[in-house]
Amino acid sequence: MGFETCKDVWVFIECFQGQPKSVGLELLGQGRKLADSLKQDLCAVVIGKEVEAAIKASGDYGADKVYVVKGDEYENYSADAYGHVFLELCKKYDPNTILVGATVNGRDMGSKIAVSLRTGLTADCTALSVEEESGNVVWERPAFGGNLYAQILCSETRPQMGTCRPGAFKKPEVNPDNHPEVIWVDIHTPAAMIRTRVIDFITACADNDIRLDEAEVIVSGGRGMRGPENFAVLKELADVLGGTVGCSRAAVDSGWMPQTRQVGQTGSTVSPKVYFACGISGAVQHVAGMSESGTIIAINKDETAPIFEVADYCMVGDLFEIVPALVKELKARQQG
Amino acid sequence: MNIVVCIKQVPDTTEIKIDPVKNTLIRTGVPSIMNPFDKNALETGLQLKDQYGGKVTVISMGPPQAKAVLREALSMGADDAWLITDRAFGGSDTYATSYILSQAIGKLGPFDVILGGKQAIDGDTGQTAPSIAEHLDAVRLTYILDLQVDGDKVIARRQVEEGIEVIETVLPVLCTATKESNKPRYGTVKRKIASLKAEIPEITLADLVGADQSKMGLKGSPTKVKATFTPQRTASGVNIEGNNPGEMAGSLISKLADAKIL
Repeated sequence: MGFETCKDVWVFIECFQGQPKSVGLELLGQGRKLADSLKQDLCAVVIGKEVEAAIKASGDYGADKVYVVKGDEYENYSADAYGHVFLELCKKYDPNTILVGATVNGRDMGSKIAVSLRTGLTADCTALSVEEESGNVVWERPAFGGNLYAQILCSETRPQMGTCRPGAFKKPEVNPDNHPEVIWVDIHTPAAMIRTRVIDFITACADNDIRLDEAEVIVSGGRGMRGPENFAVLKELADVLGGTVGCSRAAVDSGWMPQTRQVGQTGSTVSPKVYFACGISGAVQHVAGMSESGTIIAINKDETAPIFEVADYCMVGDLFEIVPALVKELKARQQG
Repeated sequence: MNIVVCIKQVPDTTEIKIDPVKNTLIRTGVPSIMNPFDKNALETGLQLKDQYGGKVTVISMGPPQAKAVLREALSMGADDAWLITDRAFGGSDTYATSYILSQAIGKLGPFDVILGGKQAIDGDTGQTAPSIAEHLDAVRLTYILDLQVDGDKVIARRQVEEGIEVIETVLPVLCTATKESNKPRYGTVKRKIASLKAEIPEITLADLVGADQSKMGLKGSPTKVKATFTPQRTASGVNIEGNNPGEMAGSLISKLADAKIL
């Protein structure tokens, strides 16, 4: 592996029970941009027991090549097995750039690969570009709770690696005419090398509601909700719109909502079609997690609240009057 | 059971403000705290000790003022605290930081369980702890809710996006804790007073015999900061007017419908 010889932009297509997660497909869109700038190929990396859905999606979302490693030992993620496969692939094919979703497993695997290869890994990037003269990827990421953004370079080692948060980028358009080269690579990981074993899986999360990263509409509440019982009014609005309820860190810190519902730098990054921020002041740490939403509607009593600086529609007033009025209006229109 | 917990002193990021004129971070007057997720990791360690006996060591890499969070850890019940500090460690990215911490852990260990928070609220990378595991070639279990130990067998529940994995492995293991893992205890008054007087020994470069200095500090860091900036906000939203909430609601829904958003 080397600076001069390495080539191609790789995207890890993480799967859950044989289905590709959105984040890998979102990254194919970013990977395309980088690969075009570098004049190299965009390659998807698929590891699993069932790989067909991920291979198809990799093609649909624009990969030029798909490296596939299939085996029973890859049914569940383990750092030992997936790390082993990825390192073997790197040795064999020498990538220039690797993009991984900043999921629980992606962050785990990314750090394993980067340390093993003694290269740089930039976490939770929100924007990617290429420095033309050097060919270095410019990894842009928030820090200090979104108060500061930094551009990071990995200029002396390859591959250059980064993780990106689910929801930070939109999926590219599907291209049904793209037919990537599928490269099956035979890599097996001996059982003795895999030191962890998944013995059970409990699907029920903290709640059975629509997950934040999958919702098209999110209605979030913050400190202005005044108490946990008041989130019912947001739930009503979310239900009318087929969406789900989120919250700010203030609501989690007050013990009103579970952390699985938190939008922001230390919670989830989301980019739904429509985002309602109700009684949320708009601290940078919250905005860092929702500013990519399609349309942002802010409802707040305080007209100077910073949330109005990022909102597309600003409603200054009492959320406990406005939200029920919205529910009433929507229901009336749905019936009419 | 021999347990080590890695903790970090961080600025309380909820208290950071932006200078509206210079558009820079205002750091003065921002309180320094123990990274909240590291507090959960410490609580996990203390609970393991309560249950299985043993010793909890806390370590932190940083300048001398980071001793404050080590004292806080002692007041919560940690037995032993070490500050890892040296000019040569400055400017380390996650690769270099995790290497230095792994070397210190190697010097203080061996340990059965290594703990850290899922991420620090300043850097927000979530990479340092799993990278330590890689330097030590240890089993890592990130985002754990709890772990039970029986002999050298470990059963842990791990929070992933789709649910909870139940994982079996063997000691030694590195785990990262989240807010959902537990509710950290408060320090007792007696321990607080004792912690103020406690001697906190330092580990410097000279103590890390055999460590590879080329993997430390700014020079040992594969990633470099090219530039930093504060996010720009430009207010361009439409104000929804109305004489009462009903009118405002009607106006918003009409606008959303016209724009084909709903």
